[in-house]
Amino acid sequence: MGPATATAREQAAVVPVTRLGPDGVLAPGCDPALSSAEALAAFRLMLLTRTYDERAFSLQRQGRLGTFSPVTGQEASVVGSAWALDPTRDWVVPQYRELPAMLRQGHTLEKVLLYQMGNPVGNRMEEGVNVLPIQISLAAQVPHAVGLAWGLRHQGLDACVITYFGDGASSEGDVHEAMNLAGVRRASVIFFLQNNGFAISTPVAKQTATESFALRAAGYGFPGELVDGNDLFAVYEVTRRAVERARAGEGPTLIESRTYRLGPHNTADDPTRYVDPEELRSWQALDPIVRVRAWLRSEGALDDASEVELQAELDGEVARAVAAAEAFPKVRPGQIFEHVYARPPDRVAAQWESVGEAGSA
Amino acid sequence: MAVLNMVEAIRQTLADEMARDGRILLLGQDIGRNGGVFRATDGLQERFGEDRVVDMPLAEAVIVGASVGLAASGLRPVAELQFLGFGSQAFHQIEGQVARMRFRSQGRYGMPLVIRAPFGGNVRTPELHSDAHEAKYVNSPGLKVAMPASAYDARGLLAEAIRDPDPVLFCEPLRGYRRIKDEVPDADYTVPFGQARLVRDGTDVAVIAWSAAVTVAAEAAAQLAADGISCAVLDLRTLVPLDVRALAEVVARTGRAVVVHEAPMTAGFGAEVIATIQEEAFWSLEAPIGRVTAYDTPYPIASVEEHYLPSIERVKHAIRRVAGEV
Ligand SMILES: Cc1ncc(C[n+]2csc(CCOP(=O)(O)OP(=O)(O)O)c2C)c(N)n1
Repeated sequence: MGPATATAREQAAVVPVTRLGPDGVLAPGCDPALSSAEALAAFRLMLLTRTYDERAFSLQRQGRLGTFSPVTGQEASVVGSAWALDPTRDWVVPQYRELPAMLRQGHTLEKVLLYQMGNPVGNRMEEGVNVLPIQISLAAQVPHAVGLAWGLRHQGLDACVITYFGDGASSEGDVHEAMNLAGVRRASVIFFLQNNGFAISTPVAKQTATESFALRAAGYGFPGELVDGNDLFAVYEVTRRAVERARAGEGPTLIESRTYRLGPHNTADDPTRYVDPEELRSWQALDPIVRVRAWLRSEGALDDASEVELQAELDGEVARAVAAAEAFPKVRPGQIFEHVYARPPDRVAAQWESVGEAGSA
Repeated sequence: MAVLNMVEAIRQTLADEMARDGRILLLGQDIGRNGGVFRATDGLQERFGEDRVVDMPLAEAVIVGASVGLAASGLRPVAELQFLGFGSQAFHQIEGQVARMRFRSQGRYGMPLVIRAPFGGNVRTPELHSDAHEAKYVNSPGLKVAMPASAYDARGLLAEAIRDPDPVLFCEPLRGYRRIKDEVPDADYTVPFGQARLVRDGTDVAVIAWSAAVTVAAEAAAQLAADGISCAVLDLRTLVPLDVRALAEVVARTGRAVVVHEAPMTAGFGAEVIATIQEEAFWSLEAPIGRVTAYDTPYPIASVEEHYLPSIERVKHAIRRVAGEV
C-alpha cells in the first residue's frame, strides 16, 4: 500500500493531499489506501450516515426529533479519519458533526436518536465505547483531548486520541492553548480540523487569513497536513500517518481536512441567505460518496444490484433504530436531577423530591 | 407607534443609534450577511457597511477583548455574544477587563460599550444556549446589567445602554424575541437604568421578576386575581443598578413577596433581592419571602425544560404559600 510520494507543495501543507479524483479514479502511481473490502465497509458507513441524515431531517420536520446538524458532504472526512483508529484502544473526542466516527467507535444509532429525541441517556456512551460526549461549547473539547492522550500514556496505554473541530472552532483560544500544550508534552493527539467552508454563515475567509490551517502546526512544533476531505483514501492515508507518529511517541499532528458542508448548519438554519449557489453546485460535483462508489464499481466491488441491496439494508437499519428509540420509555422530569452529582447535596435532593409539586407538568 | 416584537425593537434601536452616532460599531458572529442567528441585525450590514457591522471570527474572548480596545480608541462598540452561555469564553475579558478598565485607569479609559446576549429557556435549544447566567455577571463591579422584559423596554434600555458611559451587559430573552410584542414609539426615548417598572399593582403579595420571568409572574398574578389574591408585579428592568427603593416600597405595601427567576436557586440574583428586602423592609414583612427558580442542576435537555423553568403553576403555588393559603 505505498502511497505516492508527497509533493513539496503537499508537504508544505498548502495543496491538499488527493488520491481519489472526483471521477473515482486514483491518481497515477497511487495504490489504494484501503483494500476493496475495507473500502466497501467504509463506503457502507458513509452511506449509512447520508441515509440517516435524510431520515433524521424528515423526522425533525415532523416534530419527532430536535435540532440536529447533518454530516452531509463530510462523510469521507469523518469516516476516513475514524477508519485510521483502532476502536478498541483509541479515542474520539468529537465536536457534534461526526456521527459516523462515533458509530465506528461503537456508539449506536438508537442512542444517537434517543438523545436527539429528547432523552439525555442517549448521550451516555457505553463502557468500551471510547468517545467523549458531543461538545456544544465550541473548541472546549480540544484541551480535553490533550489531557486524555496524556493521561492514557501516563498509565502506560498505547492509545491515541483524535479530536474533531471546525474551521469556526479553530478561532477559539482553547485550540491554541491545547495545541501548544500537546506540542510541549508530545501528546498522542490528532487535531482533526474539518474545514467545511462555514461556521454557520461565516465563511472561512472571515475566520482566518492563512491559506492553510495546517500551516499553523509549525508554530507549535509538530507537523501539519492538508488533505482533500472529500477523498476517503487521502483522508485515511494522512490520518493513518498521524496515528503511526502518535504510536511511535512522536507527538501530535494537525490535519486540515478541506471539505464542504452541503447542507444547512442545522435544521434551524437557512443557508440560502449566505451560500453562493454556484459554489454549492461546484462542491456537489465533488460529493465524497460518488467518488468511492465509482471506484468500488470500477473494482467490481459494487454494482447496481448490490447497491440496491445495501441501500435497503441501511434503510432497514435506520428504521429499526428509529423504532427502538421511539419505543424507549419517555423522558421523565426526574431525569433533570439524575447524574448531576454522584452524591447530591441535601438541598438538591429536596428539589428532586419536589418535582411534580403544584402540578408543575 | 407600532406593535413590535422584541427582536424588531432591538433591530430598530441598533439602526437608529448607528444613524445617530457614527462611532457605533457592531461586532459578532454571523451578524452581517446572515443578520444574526435571530435576525437582530438583519439588514444592518447592507445599510451601514462591512466596516460598521463586522462578522467576527468564532472567538468570544476576542470579540469582547477587541471591544475594549475599540472603546479605548474612542469608538462605541456593541458586541453580540451569540448566546450568553458562551459569555463564559469571554468571562475573563468581561469581568477582569471590561468591568474594571475605568477603575484600573483611574477614569482615563471608560468603557462605553454594550455586550448584547440572548439567553433563557423555552425555545428548545441545545445545551448551554438557554442558561440564565446573570448572577455571574452582576458580581462584576463596574459592569451594569440590563434585563428587558418588553419590546418597549428593549428599545428604551438598549438606547440607554448605548449612550451610557459605563459598560452594559444587555440580556435578551430568547423566548421574547418573537413572542413578546407591545407598543413601541417611533420617537427617540430611553428608559433610565435603576428604575423598576410596576407591571401591576396589588396589596397582598409583591412578585418580583426580570426578563421573561416577568411574563410568567404577571400571568400568575392575573390568574390569582380571580381567586381574590391581589398581587403587585415588579419588573426590575436592570439588576445593576438595582432599584432598591421600588423594592422597599412595594414590600411596604404588601408585606409579602415572592421572587421569580430562571436561573438556578443557589446564589441566584433572587438571593440578593431577598437580602435587600430584608435590609430595607424587614419591619413590613408578614411572612418569609418565597422564591421560584430553576433547580440547582444544569439546564436540562429541551424535552423536559418546562419542568425546570418556573411555571405559572409554581409561581401561583409560591404566592399562595406566602399569602398563608397553603
Ligand atoms: C463557544 C461557542 N460559541 C458559539 C457557539 C454557537 N455556534 C454553534 S455552531 C457554530 C459554528 C461552528 O462552526 P465550525 O466550528 O466551523 O463547525 P461546523 O458547524 O461548520 O461543523 C456557532 C457559532 C457555540 N456553540 N459555542
